[in-house]
Amino acid sequence: MNAEVLNEYLPLFGNAALLTVWLGLAGIGLSIVIGLICSLVQFYKIPVARQIVRIYIELSRNTPLLIQLFFIYYGLPKIGIKTDPAVCGVVGLAFLGGSYMAETFRSGLEAVDKVHSESAFTLGLNKLQTFIYVILPQALSTSIPPFVANVIFLLKETSVFSAVSLMDLMFTAKDLIGLYYNTTESLFLLVVFYLIILLPVSLLGTYLEHKLGTPGVRQSIRKNAASRKERKTTIKEGVVNVGN
Amino acid sequence: MPELLKVNNLIKRFGDSTVLDDISLTVKKGEVVVILGPSGCGKSTLLRCINALEDIQGGEILIDGENILTGGKHNSKVGMVFQSYDLFPHLTVLDNITLAPCKVQKRDKAQVRDEARELLKRVGLFDKEKSYPRELSGGQKQRAAIVRSLIMHPELLLFDEVTAALDPEMVREVLEVILDLAKQGKTMMIVTHEMQFARAIADRVIMIDGGKIIEENPPERFFTNPDTERARQFLNTFTYESVRA
Repeated sequence: MNAEVLNEYLPLFGNAALLTVWLGLAGIGLSIVIGLICSLVQFYKIPVARQIVRIYIELSRNTPLLIQLFFIYYGLPKIGIKTDPAVCGVVGLAFLGGSYMAETFRSGLEAVDKVHSESAFTLGLNKLQTFIYVILPQALSTSIPPFVANVIFLLKETSVFSAVSLMDLMFTAKDLIGLYYNTTESLFLLVVFYLIILLPVSLLGTYLEHKLGTPGVRQSIRKNAASRKERKTTIKEGVVNVGN
Repeated sequence: MPELLKVNNLIKRFGDSTVLDDISLTVKKGEVVVILGPSGCGKSTLLRCINALEDIQGGEILIDGENILTGGKHNSKVGMVFQSYDLFPHLTVLDNITLAPCKVQKRDKAQVRDEARELLKRVGLFDKEKSYPRELSGGQKQRAAIVRSLIMHPELLLFDEVTAALDPEMVREVLEVILDLAKQGKTMMIVTHEMQFARAIADRVIMIDGGKIIEENPPERFFTNPDTERARQFLNTFTYESVRA
């Protein structure tokens, strides 16, 4: 591997990485919004909208991103909608990511035990209050691991953006290989830059899992043992004579 | 004593099966009514209907003369504690208790906290306000759930097999809390399988089987000399005389 070549390519890959991150984050942000709306429509079983969401989800996750991008990039102009490559990339990623996020959030919402909604109802909370104070916090904490997996997956999917002439990491690597045949250096930098982008996301995910996960999980074992001991001493004997 | 709850000809069906068949009963203010019966007889469903968690197919349920199903809203005069530990797992004991008074009744937070601590002390959990439900034993969770219900000041408290999932030692600590409430004159309907407890706490025992009220009697009579053969059979299942032979 030639250090000089690496040095020369570094700024090119740096710029490409910025584009990848920027388009990736925009697409993921939109995916989260779409996912939240779709999961709520499914969770609350809203008629008609629910069927539309179902169709969207199946369409979106059973077709490859590359083909979705082609549709947006080459197909839409045929019916008069011109799309800029960057917009096309973001919209494509959001179209794909929306369904993944929707299913992730839905599984989180549905994992909340029904008895919690029932006790919230018994306490007089209305539907919105029940959602905000009871269901959502629990759903979020169970959704974090698959959510982080989705974010990583979507960032990696940006590697097909090169197909619609976006100068992302993949495009840069292929371009340089085509021009100068420095295959080793180009591929090495490609891997390194993906790792630079994705490893912090993974670490952030682990951190979030601990931070937002249901509290009391990690301390539970130690504290339970302590409380068991306490309980034995607090039980009062023969205060009430049950029976007869 | 005036009537607090009046159930008239209640019918509840799940699909084709009739779970509650023409149930009529009344509960007076300050009365403790224990509902007994074999599993699947409709006891829990009856409580859930009174708590407006189920729609009903016939009859009416009146609390203080007011139909509970009007408006699809929960009647704030009713409180219920469930069999499974239903504390919200992401909130501390204190937050579990103060959530509804603050958000629903819009009461002053400091005042609600004081009352919550007072009640926690009463049930022997004064040092657990910062604990999460996962850190509590089953009995402690149920006592906290009772406090969460009490702080809403319901007039009628429903207990749905609150000790069914507990170890014997913990059953006692929960039942003592309920006995204490009875002494304070709270109106309660209790579904339980703890016969000794039922006998000690009940003003009246109602036995349900197959969705119908089989027998309704004061506890002394019900447990020593029930009117019906079905009740006698049912009570016999709690002794093990026949097994010994």
